[in-house]
Amino acid sequence: MNTTPRRDSYDVVVIGAGPAGLAAAATAAEAGLSALLLDENAGPGGQVWRAIASTPVTERGHLGADYWAGTELVEAVRSSGAEIIQRATVWSLDRNLEIGISLGGASCFVKARRVILATGALERPFPIPGWTLPGVMTAGAAQTMLKSSGLVPDRPTVIAGQGPLLWLLAAQILRLGGRIDRILDTTERRNYLAALPHAFAFMTSPYFAKGLALMKQVRAKVPVVTGVSELAAVGDGQLATVTYLSAGRRETIPAELLLLHQGVVPNVNLAMATGIEHRWDDLQLCWSPVLDRDGNTSVEGIAIAGDGAGIGGAEAAIVRGRIAARAAVEALAPAAAARLAPMASFNAALVRAERGRIFLDTLFRPAPQFRIPSDDTIVCRCEEVSAKDILDAVAIGATGPNQLKAYRRTGMGPCQGRLCGLTVTELMAQARGKSPQEIGYYRLRAPVKPITLAELAAVPKTEADVNAVVRG
Amino acid sequence: MFKRSDQDSRPSVHIVVDGAAVAAREGDTVSAALLASGRDVRRATAVSGAPRLPYCMMGVCFDCLVTIDGVGNRQGCLVPVAEGMQIEIQKGKREIGR
Repeated sequence: MNTTPRRDSYDVVVIGAGPAGLAAAATAAEAGLSALLLDENAGPGGQVWRAIASTPVTERGHLGADYWAGTELVEAVRSSGAEIIQRATVWSLDRNLEIGISLGGASCFVKARRVILATGALERPFPIPGWTLPGVMTAGAAQTMLKSSGLVPDRPTVIAGQGPLLWLLAAQILRLGGRIDRILDTTERRNYLAALPHAFAFMTSPYFAKGLALMKQVRAKVPVVTGVSELAAVGDGQLATVTYLSAGRRETIPAELLLLHQGVVPNVNLAMATGIEHRWDDLQLCWSPVLDRDGNTSVEGIAIAGDGAGIGGAEAAIVRGRIAARAAVEALAPAAAARLAPMASFNAALVRAERGRIFLDTLFRPAPQFRIPSDDTIVCRCEEVSAKDILDAVAIGATGPNQLKAYRRTGMGPCQGRLCGLTVTELMAQARGKSPQEIGYYRLRAPVKPITLAELAAVPKTEADVNAVVRG
Repeated sequence: MFKRSDQDSRPSVHIVVDGAAVAAREGDTVSAALLASGRDVRRATAVSGAPRLPYCMMGVCFDCLVTIDGVGNRQGCLVPVAEGMQIEIQKGKREIGR
């Protein structure tokens, strides 16, 4: 079903085929290095350019110029000589730069001289009452269905939250003839003031005009409620209504679909399981890897590029991918590096691409009540553990996320903390009067995606592997 | 909950959901095809049996777990549909041997 890697080892293995991974793989391969690009999806593009090679949305204006900009990079990788494997789930990476890959139900390993992690971002958990009800999804989920299958909401739909993606999604749904009944904007009013000092840089960034145009398009067609400070999804086995509080008024509206979004955060599971050092980012409110200028991590030979390195957006991701790949070329084939664009030009491009980011981070900083839930609101979706359960565990002695596993199994379900980890860290930090950095995160381990024991047992073994465990 | 765009000219792919024929499109993931089908495709969680539908559609939340061609706990949002694919909505945890 899937192709397996053609070689046992590569100069550079890139994990993730979004903007950063595509740029990194193309740069490394064009410089003459052997490069393998592994990606979990059916086609390249990551989330921002999802299904770019297969989308049924052929009316180009519907997805917008920023979407189609990805075509060029996909073509560049395809003609670069890099080997690309789609539907490859990387479940392990260690300090020896050995990579465990699951392909069509069978696993194999490859070695790399350099690894570039481009595992991107995922949407920040949005733990409101009822967020596990059928009919509640992320805005990104709706956008994924729109891009890859041309699907749009056609029943009563509410979009709630904040951030650029929310407005882009709303505009795309409307262009494709989908239905949106109301937008509930949860941006805190005080954020506008806090973001003001950074407004000039943002107004001179390419995001400004695009953002304003999108909001105008959407506001012309959909009622927007601002200053939403409470939000709940209500229904019996299925979403029926959305309740919210705005300017002291509580309202309830019928809805079959609620799309939630309050920004994106780095997808850290593979990097953390590899033992790469991360720090709590007080501005972006998430864990980010500790990196040098070139994206190198605390583990020799592994770099991180793109939103997995800290949220910077697609344009910054492309540049960071090129920087990480150029650094790998410098290390492995210095003569070839001399033929690439100088690092200084990439660094200048990165400064341009990151312009206005602080403004966005400050303006769209999610409100505490939407990050740190209370009472019966589910925190860990997999193990169905509520905020109260966690606070009860803290009261009887749970000190941090790792110990909490023993009390409540949080983070031990199939998602491995991706949908609860940040919430657990902030909730426990608040309850214990500590900083998120002090409270820490789950100790993640391979396999970072579930694989069966049968798949592990079927991995080819050398005689030395067998002798290492045979008795007598 | 979702409708298909008029622009979508991809060929049909026929899958079977709990014994019933469902028309999907080439390139749909299993989860997208299920959500587009209009059927009740809610799974039941392993812990409490609570009903769920896919939440993230990008491979991280595991609320799309489904039995595909007899293999349980597959992430429906990562698996493209194929002609004749047999889908069963998974109620509760994966059964031993499948």
